[in-house]
Amino acid sequence: MAEMSTEQAPGAAADAAVARILAATVHPPAGAPRGVVVDSPPGAGKSTLVVRAARELVGAGERLMIVAQTNGQVDDLVGRLAEKAPELTIGRLHAADSRPGPEVLKHANVTLSDKVADLVEHDVVVSTSAKWQWVRAEAPWRHAIVDEAYQMRSDALLAVARLFERALFVGDPGQLDPFTVVGTEQWAGLSYDPSSSAVVTMLAHNPQIEPHRLPVSWRLPASAAPLISRAFYPYTPFRSGTGPDDRRLTAAVRPDGSALDAAIDRAAEHGWALLELPARHTVRTDPQAVAAVAATVRRLLERGLTARSEQGEAPLTADRIAVGTAHRDQAAAVRAALLTAGVPVDQAAGPAVTVDTANRLQGREYDVTVVLHPLSGRPDATAFHLETGRLCVLASRHRHACIVVARAGIGELLDEHPSTEPVQLGVPVTFPDGWEANHQVLDHLTEHRIRLR
Amino acid sequence: MSLLTTLARLEAVRSGRAEPLATVRHRHLSDRPMVVVPLTAAGEAGAPLAVMLGTDRDAPRLHLVPQPLNRTLRFDFLAELAADLLPYLESFAEDVEQIEGSEKDPETGEKTQVFRELCADAPQLIVPNGAGVRHLALLGRSTRFRRTVEDDEPGPYPAPVRVPLLGRWLTHLTDRAQVPGTSLLLSMTGLLARHWATGQSHLEDQHLAARLAWHAPPRGLTGAEAAERAESARDDRGQLLHPPAGPATDPRFDEFVLAPAIARYDAATAALQHGVEQRDEAAAERARAAVRTAVEELREVLTAVLLPTWRDVWHGLDLLRTLPPAGHLAERWTGDRWSYTGHRDRLAAGEPPQPRQDDAVTAARKLAQREREQARLDVQEALDDPLAMAGHRLAGEAFSGVVTEVVPDYDTTGRSPKPRPLVTLRTADRPHADLGREAHRVRSEAEGGPAAQKAEIAAVDPAGGTITLRMLSGMGRKKEPEPGSLPEPGDLVTFTLFELTVRQSAPLPEPDDTPWTHGGPPGAAPVPAPSVSEEWE
Repeated sequence: MAEMSTEQAPGAAADAAVARILAATVHPPAGAPRGVVVDSPPGAGKSTLVVRAARELVGAGERLMIVAQTNGQVDDLVGRLAEKAPELTIGRLHAADSRPGPEVLKHANVTLSDKVADLVEHDVVVSTSAKWQWVRAEAPWRHAIVDEAYQMRSDALLAVARLFERALFVGDPGQLDPFTVVGTEQWAGLSYDPSSSAVVTMLAHNPQIEPHRLPVSWRLPASAAPLISRAFYPYTPFRSGTGPDDRRLTAAVRPDGSALDAAIDRAAEHGWALLELPARHTVRTDPQAVAAVAATVRRLLERGLTARSEQGEAPLTADRIAVGTAHRDQAAAVRAALLTAGVPVDQAAGPAVTVDTANRLQGREYDVTVVLHPLSGRPDATAFHLETGRLCVLASRHRHACIVVARAGIGELLDEHPSTEPVQLGVPVTFPDGWEANHQVLDHLTEHRIRLR
Repeated sequence: MSLLTTLARLEAVRSGRAEPLATVRHRHLSDRPMVVVPLTAAGEAGAPLAVMLGTDRDAPRLHLVPQPLNRTLRFDFLAELAADLLPYLESFAEDVEQIEGSEKDPETGEKTQVFRELCADAPQLIVPNGAGVRHLALLGRSTRFRRTVEDDEPGPYPAPVRVPLLGRWLTHLTDRAQVPGTSLLLSMTGLLARHWATGQSHLEDQHLAARLAWHAPPRGLTGAEAAERAESARDDRGQLLHPPAGPATDPRFDEFVLAPAIARYDAATAALQHGVEQRDEAAAERARAAVRTAVEELREVLTAVLLPTWRDVWHGLDLLRTLPPAGHLAERWTGDRWSYTGHRDRLAAGEPPQPRQDDAVTAARKLAQREREQARLDVQEALDDPLAMAGHRLAGEAFSGVVTEVVPDYDTTGRSPKPRPLVTLRTADRPHADLGREAHRVRSEAEGGPAAQKAEIAAVDPAGGTITLRMLSGMGRKKEPEPGSLPEPGDLVTFTLFELTVRQSAPLPEPDDTPWTHGGPPGAAPVPAPSVSEEWE
């Protein structure tokens, strides 16, 4: 565990890890396994790694296919590739009925098409796994990069694996697992359970592959990395790339004495705040909690916050703030409340606050996040609400601070609902379980509690 | 659980009776269903104890294992069950219709006309609850690989000839039951739960008698009180007045009724064996009579615990038949008929039994099929049933309203202008209608049927309660929309924000092309069942 020693500077540790990964990907030794796996904690430079790997593979004379999971991820990746690697010719393969947005078209080295034949000569072809599954290519690629590979389902990999010989799988094992709405118990315990994650299946069939990992989170501040690492990655710890004094959040407007402002100041100083409403069982779209979330966001904008970091100084504008929820109807309710409060939420009409569910916030990064706790106001703690990945995504999107809004009583709720999922033969027990992770995070948040009456 | 189901459950708590969740029946019911009520013996997973079955509610037939630990008796029982059930399952195989289709010639690539047989009807098994389905699956798994005297190497304990065939049918039916919306094998608690809400928990709803108690509580009792009585009322000997619907039996029945009856059977058979060994013909004759009496006594006690559930299942069928069938039932039942026909053909072709475990490709194909069928079921139920659509409307995924205005407009970017009219409707629904989001118009058969008509949200005015949509398709190829292709002011229309057609699943490789990420092609032949040494009798 040399890379974890505190002697080595974070930058050097990360560089060493990246160098090992690139060597294994671009110049695999004879007889090396066909896959390289990289486990990346939140904000550890996964996207940068993908760009570098693509450049080096193309530099070594290879053509390359890249598989991402959603159209948003593909567009982000194409934009970054086009910007950071202008020498590459990039093909963006899209579905016939969904042409990518105008941001993708502005790059001269990007070609769009819904037919793979138009793009095969390009250095890099990028598309979603859903689109790749339909591709019938005569000459498969030698190399592939699979991005957000832990979000990809095993059956999707089964359908696309014929297209490449070797692959670099990059992803965050702590995020949400893929899911399905139908019963899959009959395949539980099979190494190729079609509903499990692509990486889990691939590793089960290729046990000689030793996953690499990125040891430093560049996104999470020094106030968040230790908690996230301890709660969600206990066996593969990581640290923040910045120190406690590298990130600062300051307000131009003095606090007005309200609980909201107290929570904002607490979060600015400590990186975390828990804005706690009185205990109560509520409907999913708890009107008071939704109002508290919206009011917090509005105050964040009104108080003219400035975010200072190693990247410089910038005002905290609406597009640097995100609200995370567990359910879509909660996101819709928060969006409606923000509209009423005069806060922009429509990305098409200029800088706007992002309001979305944990599933859709995966892989995104903001300066400040406001999170409606998945267990707030609930009478029970189901497997959905206890899922480790859901809380991990919500609590690890921020560069500066995270404000959690919740009803009191979550600790008691957790104690009343220990996880009772049946144990399936052959399915490795995952640690930490959501119950334990929830308790850890809650325990830490309680130190930064502001009560809202 | 959707908000509407939660409301229905709350209403059931208040009214003390089951409340409707559907206005139509969403599952096919056969004219001649086979009701099967299985019981298991405690102590060994999947050990059959008895089964009551039949297509006539007045003539149930009972099969039982007098000593459930005895493997020979268990296979005698399974042979009886096969002799009873297989004729029913096979009775649908003869009556077929010819379905015309086309097939590509693999060499010339030309399409040729082909006819395929499709069975005109298919069997339907109804069990009391989900545990009953799982029990049948276990029976299927434990019997379909058994060898019989007809095999080359029958082994020391050949099974009766038709038992493996029964196992293959049970495996097919229980596997098909995993596909959403299918009706070859249904559980009564599942059927009732889809159509009515009770005021008790989902766990309590698994108890068939307790569930039914909410439908017709005795005079003076609420549903909750009647359900509690059904669950726990006992007679003066400590036996439940209404035995559970199985397959597990009540432990007090096991202890005080079943175990003594089995012990008497054991004693009688031991006496019989002793008599035969001692060549004491008179004693053997007495013991034979005692065995017959013991079996008769077991029949009586098992009939007594099975009959209430038998009647409950038929009562549930009566309740379901009061609902008119949903519009898409015939279409989904055709899928079940294809499934039945396919299994019939595989048996006729002499294919080996279904493998113990699916290979990677088969598992992925089945998952894709189930997800596709779940999506199709959700759409079809919403189209068939205003109450199901109301659930989507309440969740903000659909909206209904009266058209107030239709303004012609055109897309002139192409060579010839295309109609892109704006339809405004007034609605009290609050959909998650972001601008530009795709919407789909629900059209009845008369209005062009289920063919999709796409639109996008063009304007939303929550204060005024209006939504404006730009219609994008389904208006013909001319400059002006085809007559009747658009709603008119005053019409009641419904749009959904989810697609009304189900997307195809992406192609998967053949099992022989399973890639390295999934372990490569599966081993050639299925491994024969390992001979686990177990006590046979």
